[in-house]
Amino acid sequence: MSTATADVEIENYTLNFGPQHPAAHGVLRLVLEMDGEVIDRVDPHIGLLHRGTEKLIEYKSYLQALPYFDRLDYVSPMNQEQAFSIATERLLGIEPPPRAKYIRMLFCELTRILNHIMNIASYAMDVGAMTPFLWTFEEREKLMEFYDAVCGARMHAAYVRPGGVSQDMPAGLAERIMNWANAFPKIIDDMEGLLTENRIFKQRVVDIGRVTAEEAQAWGFTGPNLRASGVAWDLRKAQPYDGYEDIDFDIAIGKNGDCYDRYLVRVEEMRQSVKIIKQCLEKMPSGPVRVNDRKIMSPPRGEMKQSMEALIHHFKLYTEGYKVPAGEVYAAVEAPKGEFAVYLVSDGTNRPYRCRIRAPGFIHMHGMDFMLRGHMLPDVPAVLGSIDIVFGEVDR
Amino acid sequence: MSSAQEHLETLRELGSYIASALPTAVLSTDVKGGELSIRVHRSAIVKVLTLLRDDSNCQFSQLVDLCGVDYPDNDERFEIVYHLLSMKQNLRIRVKATTDESTPVPSVSSVFPCANWLEREVWDMYGVFFSDHPDLRRILTDYGFDGHPLRKDFPLTGYVEMRYDEEQKRVIYEPVKLAQDFRNFDFLSPWEGLRGLLPGDEKAAGSK
Repeated sequence: MSTATADVEIENYTLNFGPQHPAAHGVLRLVLEMDGEVIDRVDPHIGLLHRGTEKLIEYKSYLQALPYFDRLDYVSPMNQEQAFSIATERLLGIEPPPRAKYIRMLFCELTRILNHIMNIASYAMDVGAMTPFLWTFEEREKLMEFYDAVCGARMHAAYVRPGGVSQDMPAGLAERIMNWANAFPKIIDDMEGLLTENRIFKQRVVDIGRVTAEEAQAWGFTGPNLRASGVAWDLRKAQPYDGYEDIDFDIAIGKNGDCYDRYLVRVEEMRQSVKIIKQCLEKMPSGPVRVNDRKIMSPPRGEMKQSMEALIHHFKLYTEGYKVPAGEVYAAVEAPKGEFAVYLVSDGTNRPYRCRIRAPGFIHMHGMDFMLRGHMLPDVPAVLGSIDIVFGEVDR
Repeated sequence: MSSAQEHLETLRELGSYIASALPTAVLSTDVKGGELSIRVHRSAIVKVLTLLRDDSNCQFSQLVDLCGVDYPDNDERFEIVYHLLSMKQNLRIRVKATTDESTPVPSVSSVFPCANWLEREVWDMYGVFFSDHPDLRRILTDYGFDGHPLRKDFPLTGYVEMRYDEEQKRVIYEPVKLAQDFRNFDFLSPWEGLRGLLPGDEKAAGSK
């Protein structure tokens, strides 16, 4: 029996991750070039959820375009509505009334918590922890009840609109949110008790997918992913919109820019959001929640039954919509995932000429390649989960 | 002076500074609606973005967005719009360059690595070619997709639809069949569109 051993040439091989994979948070196909267990190159194939939102918006009036924004990043709908509303308002030259601004802030922070809960819990599940998912999703349910109370929909709200919000908060909702906000930090503590010092969790995430501050800026990272690398940049502080200048809160930043820091930044952001929510509720002024301009926002339902003029306004607004003066605007908001912006070009008609949606997830997804090089295969879900990807906005 | 006015003044100064630093490349600068936008010639785009990134008066460390806009009536129909952000100065700037279907735009992915995917998206959606791009493939549309969907002359409904065919046991592509014609309402009133152009108006203006 011969014992000759041939030199076996081991070649890199490619591995398909997805298109259907529970840790892909949607439909993502990653083509991984592997050298054994080590990743040489990552080529994400995205676009499997591409619906042509930007094209569709070019054929819709401004009000009809709004609900598309709920369907981009479907775990943080209102922040995106807010970006589009601010863009339209700036082109129209109007400003929402103060109460509307506070309601927007309140709900955008609720949305931020909604998003971070979803991210952290599903992230923990990706790397092996089931319980946080079950505990925090109960809170998510409560938050969606607040959504339901204010606009009648649990997710696709269409609540923040150019010129304010669609309707005032129902009586008693402020107290309910306050009670919830008082109780919620306990849930964060419980969840942190399960994860933050958890040996298994830390083994999966500490020092994985490190991004330096320079890299994060060059690769266009924004939001928690940028802050985890130690850059104290938050649009709510730096370029405040909708009344954030009156609110006192801190920016959470990380130090190492690894998956663990991104998790910690999100946890701290939730605590800060609770702080903002409480301030909003305390400072909430009374008054109208929609601009008093019948050419932009429809009259109240009751008036429509009595007044011919109101009826005409309603009819014109919901068929033709309003015309927006020609011009262009870039409106960015600090969405839970990063800088979400709308670059709106108007040609003076009732439809946007071009509505470019700057989705943070798209840019973060691009960073997968450099973040994963030299890592092992099991680090793929860890990095993917930590940059908070939702394919609704990546693929648009 | 209010902070908004100060902001505008800063933007104007920055605009004239960039124009003086690159006199041949910058075609015009403009501050409108509190936003600074500069038009540059496409051949100089790499130089402009490098200056914006590295110059100590600019420090635009981040390319936040890169997108295309289609104006079919213009000689050079596509506008490539770059949005940059300076965190040090807390300023934003918009840089625009124009091109047509056949002329390539130099890729800026050597200056800002995140431009790679953004340029791929513009290529996919508008068919604008980027020279020196490391990996110019389609990104969002389907494998084997034909056409550039965000062009104004691309129909909203597209050309093909796909379904699973039970007989062939695979997904097939077919020309789009609409049960009802695509309805595109034109809300532009002919009277408002004629403002100032009504025949005879020039006489009234001339008699004054």
